Amino acid sequence: MTRDARRRFVSSLFVTACGLAVVLALVPLALVLFFVVSQGVQALNIGFFTRMPRPVGEAGGGMLNALVGTLMLTGLAATMAIPIGVISGVYMSEYKGTRLATATRFAADTLNGVPSIVIGIFAYAVAVLPFRQFSAMAGGLALGVMMIPIIARTTEELLLLVPGALREGALALGATRARAVFSVILPAALPGIITGVVLALARIAGETAPLLFTAFNNRFFSTDLRQPIASMTVQIFTYAISPYEDWHRQAWAGALVLVSFVLVCSLVARVVTARVQRLRG
Amino acid sequence: MTPPLVSPLTPPVRDPVPETTAPPPKIDVRSLSFFYGATRALQEITLKIHPNVVTAFIGPSGCGKSTFLRTLNRMNDIIPGTRVEGEALIDGEDIYLPGVDVVQLRRRVGMVFQKSNPFPKSIFENVAYGLRINGMARSRSELAGRVEESLKQAALWTEVEDRLQTSALALSGGQQQRLCIARALAIKPDVLLMDEPASALDPIATQRIEELVYSLKSSYTIVIVTHNMQQAARVSDRTAFFWLGRLVEYDRTDRIFTAPAEKLTEDYVTGRFG
Repeated sequence: MTRDARRRFVSSLFVTACGLAVVLALVPLALVLFFVVSQGVQALNIGFFTRMPRPVGEAGGGMLNALVGTLMLTGLAATMAIPIGVISGVYMSEYKGTRLATATRFAADTLNGVPSIVIGIFAYAVAVLPFRQFSAMAGGLALGVMMIPIIARTTEELLLLVPGALREGALALGATRARAVFSVILPAALPGIITGVVLALARIAGETAPLLFTAFNNRFFSTDLRQPIASMTVQIFTYAISPYEDWHRQAWAGALVLVSFVLVCSLVARVVTARVQRLRG
Repeated sequence: MTPPLVSPLTPPVRDPVPETTAPPPKIDVRSLSFFYGATRALQEITLKIHPNVVTAFIGPSGCGKSTFLRTLNRMNDIIPGTRVEGEALIDGEDIYLPGVDVVQLRRRVGMVFQKSNPFPKSIFENVAYGLRINGMARSRSELAGRVEESLKQAALWTEVEDRLQTSALALSGGQQQRLCIARALAIKPDVLLMDEPASALDPIATQRIEELVYSLKSSYTIVIVTHNMQQAARVSDRTAFFWLGRLVEYDRTDRIFTAPAEKLTEDYVTGRFG
């Protein structure tokens, strides 16, 4: 073989290997999606969104309480995590290099890697034990704690991408540092930050472990923050390990709804990002 | 014998302010040095800049002309590890004294940057920004009036009056730069610092900026950094030549370009280096 022919052969070998690796990586994802969609679609109907769960043996029913519960839990988490996350992100980017900023970044990265069950235990210790009561609040706290580092790091990285010329422009017009950050730099990075928040929401909406002993579960419809509350994920878990066919179907439907939620979030994030890129030309 | 002919082409004296009756300088810099860490980027600069005069700073890249410009509104303060020695007086007051409000200073000393830097907001909001943050408009109509006035001053109004609410980033490069000038003018500074405002623009856009500088001269004290010597010759009344962080020569523009006192200046303006 000439040198050129050998090079072409090795090159095509590597391209093939890369292609195979991609296929291997995508197969499990495709299988998960296939089963969730094919099983979920059969069980999914309007009633799933509008009805309460039925007792064992009765067909039909829905997950209204769990849907509302998940929305409330993610809402609580976002209310807590967005301000804290964004403001710490601003601090890390504005005072980068200071000891506190470095420590905060390290803490955020560590927190990001902490298993979610551990965060559940933390919320249990802080918000359940003292009141001797599982509650929506405790669940929201657990999810919020998970969200903070994601939002903080996203905000920091996006703020650092804002051109320094914009800051100089604002300062040259007599803006104070805080004014420049909140009126020019943060708005410039806002679409990206929104994308990060949406992706963080998608991530925590699928969490089960931190809710098991914080929000617990609730068979009834509840919007009381001091009471246990149902959630899609815990409900899916409960249904999936049960011995009843009806409940299994409900679990599949719930899984499909959750996956769709994540998909919609990702799409929203992509659309926002694309629009911003067009705007920036 | 006929007397020697006096050339009819004596260079026109373009300096409108004769030295003897000159009003007090707007900017009076006294042996100002500037340090990036341990490196001394400016060496004891001393010069006076007069009101309602266009002063150009010329010199090769890295000679300190931009750094010097940025000391005049303390824009270098935001770069960590920098330090200033000496005095820089504006209207007789040293802007580097402790207790000087930098925000107030920058309101009086506006700046236009080399690369246009409109905010990712609407055209209107860009111009309104300085007015808003400084609380300079009491009502919506006053705000709109000031925005219109500034855009007219910057010769941009007719091009944008029907799309004030669209993104400033959709404007062309030259329009963006004039928008930045309008934004700086909106808060009515006394001094306008321009850091190579036309270096990224095509010749037509450059010409518009130069015409603008000329028309603004009557109301502002303008300092313009440029590495384009023709531009300095066209727009300025006085020129300062910087080299390796030193002020080599500072004189009326016509003299700098026709009969400089220093050999170094002559070499530079005739293109022997730079």
